Amino acid sequence: MAGLDKRVATYEEALDGLTDNMTVLAGGFGLCGIPENLINEIKRRGVKGLTVVSNNCGVDGFGLGVLLEERQIRKMIASYVGENAEFERQLLSGELEVELTPQGTLAEKMRAGGAGIPAFFTATGYGTPVADGKEVREFKGRHYILEESITGDFAIVKGWKADHYGNVVYRNTAQNFNPLAATAGKITVVEVEEIVEPGVLLPSEIHTPGIFVDRVIVGTFEKRIEKRTVKA
Amino acid sequence: MALTREQMAQRVARELKDGYYVNLGIGIPTLVANYVPDDMDVMLQSENGLLGMGEFPTESTIDADMINAGKQTVTARRGASIFDSAQSFAMIRGGHVDLTVLGAFEVDVQGNIASWMIPGKLVKGMGGAMDLVAGADNIIVTMTHASKDGESKLLERCSLPLTGAGCIRKVLTDLAYLEIDNGTFILRETAPGVSVEEIIEKTAGKLIVPDDVKEMTF
Repeated sequence: MAGLDKRVATYEEALDGLTDNMTVLAGGFGLCGIPENLINEIKRRGVKGLTVVSNNCGVDGFGLGVLLEERQIRKMIASYVGENAEFERQLLSGELEVELTPQGTLAEKMRAGGAGIPAFFTATGYGTPVADGKEVREFKGRHYILEESITGDFAIVKGWKADHYGNVVYRNTAQNFNPLAATAGKITVVEVEEIVEPGVLLPSEIHTPGIFVDRVIVGTFEKRIEKRTVKA
Repeated sequence: MALTREQMAQRVARELKDGYYVNLGIGIPTLVANYVPDDMDVMLQSENGLLGMGEFPTESTIDADMINAGKQTVTARRGASIFDSAQSFAMIRGGHVDLTVLGAFEVDVQGNIASWMIPGKLVKGMGGAMDLVAGADNIIVTMTHASKDGESKLLERCSLPLTGAGCIRKVLTDLAYLEIDNGTFILRETAPGVSVEEIIEKTAGKLIVPDDVKEMTF
């Protein structure tokens, strides 16, 4: 399996080739299913001028929030700023270029990017500021705007388990944007909780087939919870 | 008396039907889940990739990998399924969700909705709201009728950047339940003890008051 063995031993190796001004696609929703160790490795490498595509941008001090604090991100493509104070501050002050993108459009941009589809029409955002400067077409009496797909120089993905071939499964709602980001990176790096022997994952249960994956590394995760809610 | 948040959720829950797939936004819409009638089976869709959102977990079953779109820890109910964000929005954008409930800053007589930013002041981002309003036929907006300063949020034309154009037909405020049709708000129900005059005064957009306006009961 030599050439198909996607395992790497160190985080340094996992992000080998990541340089300034690249576009990085990141999986995760809020802090759920984020590639936390790969994000920390981006911080350690000190690369600047990144365009980061992710639904959110972590929180202050954790997840992608640390790259904001280090001023490593030039442009953020995301759907939700939410409660990230530093994100909102950099956005309002104009220090950070932000392309707020509807969540479904963002998911579809990654899906299409990974599938070789350069653009698609969607009703989402028609008549709103999101449609500014975009082509409008009418189909069956409804208006749609043209949205271009997204690919990245790197995709950083958090999986649950992977095998040596880079086949990945995700756990619960930590799936979210991860399988989509995985398809759309020129170099896709997946960090997982466990690497299992080939054959352990059933072919029919694989979420991300290994063809999309270039590197797999096993890590340990804090899995911080953003809003801890329990039954009364 | 203006409706409490719980009463608003209770009123919205009366729009549920057995067998519905429902997406509930953050805030008051989330509370609707507490008022699903016992004899009804309704499946809640959470746009981060969960169909069949269950109740909150206990301290012992809490799971960082199981959250809802409001980022709260939740459980999956029996019959639930989990999927990626593109499939989640295929459900929403493909018109497969039967009822969508979400909050707003403003709505207007054309069915426009503004809910995601106040220029120069507040940027939350649209999250999934633009997809939800564009993809759904059956949407209920829940919000207070007027701001704390008494400014109406039911306008002739939204002043804030839009979330969606011409997509809202039903609005539940703390004072009234209204429909939007043909360039006007139509008053359908008043909150208990709230006068039609107060609603007229606090509705900036064109408002029709039919003869058969009902008072809500709880």
